[in-house]
Amino acid sequence: MSPADRFARLPALLAADEDLLRRGRWLTVDCRVDIGSEPFFLTIRDGALAAVDRGPRLMRSTVFTFRATDEAWTQYWQPIPAPGWHDLFALTKRGAASMDGDLRPLLQNLQYFKDLLALPRGKA
Amino acid sequence: MAPKLDPMIGRYVRTDIDGVPHRLYFEEAGQGIPLVCLHTAGADNRQFRHLLADPEITSRFRVLAFDMPWHGKSTPPDGWERTEYRLTTQSYTAAIRAFCAAMELDRPAVMGCSIGGRIVLNLAISHAREFRALIALEAADFQQPWYDTAWLHRPDVHGGEVCAALISGLIAPQSPAINRHETLWMYMQGGPGVFKGDLYFYRVDGDLREKVKGIDTAACPLYLLTGEYDFSCAAEDTTRTAAQIPGAELQIMKELGHFPMSENPAKFREYILPVLAKIS
Repeated sequence: MSPADRFARLPALLAADEDLLRRGRWLTVDCRVDIGSEPFFLTIRDGALAAVDRGPRLMRSTVFTFRATDEAWTQYWQPIPAPGWHDLFALTKRGAASMDGDLRPLLQNLQYFKDLLALPRGKA
Repeated sequence: MAPKLDPMIGRYVRTDIDGVPHRLYFEEAGQGIPLVCLHTAGADNRQFRHLLADPEITSRFRVLAFDMPWHGKSTPPDGWERTEYRLTTQSYTAAIRAFCAAMELDRPAVMGCSIGGRIVLNLAISHAREFRALIALEAADFQQPWYDTAWLHRPDVHGGEVCAALISGLIAPQSPAINRHETLWMYMQGGPGVFKGDLYFYRVDGDLREKVKGIDTAACPLYLLTGEYDFSCAAEDTTRTAAQIPGAELQIMKELGHFPMSENPAKFREYILPVLAKIS
C-alpha cells in the first residue's frame, strides 16, 4: 500500500479515536496535507473530518499546508520510527517535510495535529 | 496504616543572585557526595524525582534538585511583572553557584539536562575547580534551531499546551506513556514566557563553540550523555562537542530522548549508574 493509500484511510481512523476527537473539539479549519506528490484537502469541523478530498483541486484555498516526502511518511508511520523520523519537527529539521500558510491553527492545536497525522502509524 | 511517603524532602532556601534576593525551592534526599541536578528549560525539579527516590543513588549521594528562579515553586524576583524574563549564560551560572554556596556544598557534582547540560559545559569552562564532576545530559556547544520561539508566548496560543506539544516529539517512542505524559504535564505548568526566556540562553546567548576546547577534564571530569531520539540536541551535536574536549566521556543512549531522567527512569538508570559509580 502506498503512503497516500494509507493516509486515505484517515477518516475511519479518526472516527474510531474518541480521545482525539475530544481534544480537537475546538478546531475548525481547512488545511492541506501532501503525501509525497499527492495533496489531500482536509475539512475539519469541531475536530472531526467533515471531508477529505484526495488529489489536486483547482484554486482550492486552505489555511495551511504540511507536506512531506513519501519516504518521510513511510518512516514516520513505522510502529517504532527510527530516530530523526519520529516527529513532524524531526522531519522538517532534516528537510524531509515543510509547512507554510497561516500556522496559527496548527500551533494552537499542535498535539492534535501530531496525533492526527500519526494515526496511520503501524497500520499498514 | 503508615503513610506512604516518598523519600525526598522539599524546602526553600534564601540567597542573593547577582545582588537580588531570591527564594529557591529545592528537594533533596540521601547522604554522601552532593549531586546538584539542573532541570530542562521551562520545567522544574520534579524531572529528577526518580533519582531522588533511588536508594542505589541516595545511599552514596546527597541529591539536590532546585527549581530555577521563575520555575516550579521558586518565585520570580520582586518586580518580575515589569520585566521580560531572559536567561543568560551569566545569570544561569550565577544562580547555580549561588545555590551551591547557600547550601554550603563542598565541591558538588552537577548534572544538568538540555539547557542544564549546556550550562554544565560553561561550568567546565569557567569554574571547573569548584566541582567534583560534571554530567551534561542532552548537551552540545551549539544546536540548530528547529522552530520559531515566538510561538511560545502570545495571547492567541496556549503557552503551556504549545510548549508541551513541541517538546513531545523529543521523547523517545519507547518511553512509557505514564512517564511521557508526566513529563509533558510539567511543561504545561510553566509560567508564561518562561520557556521562551530560557531559550534565549540556549539559542542566542549560550553559544559555546570554540570555548569548549578550553575545558580541562583533569581539573574536573566531564561526562556527556545524549539520547538517540533527541533531535534538538542530536547525537551528532554531542559527539562533535565531545570530540573537541580531551578526556570527556561520551555515551549515546539507546531508546531515550531529550528527557532521559523523567521520560524513562528505568532505562536512564542503566546509563547513569555506571557514571555515578565512577564519581563515588
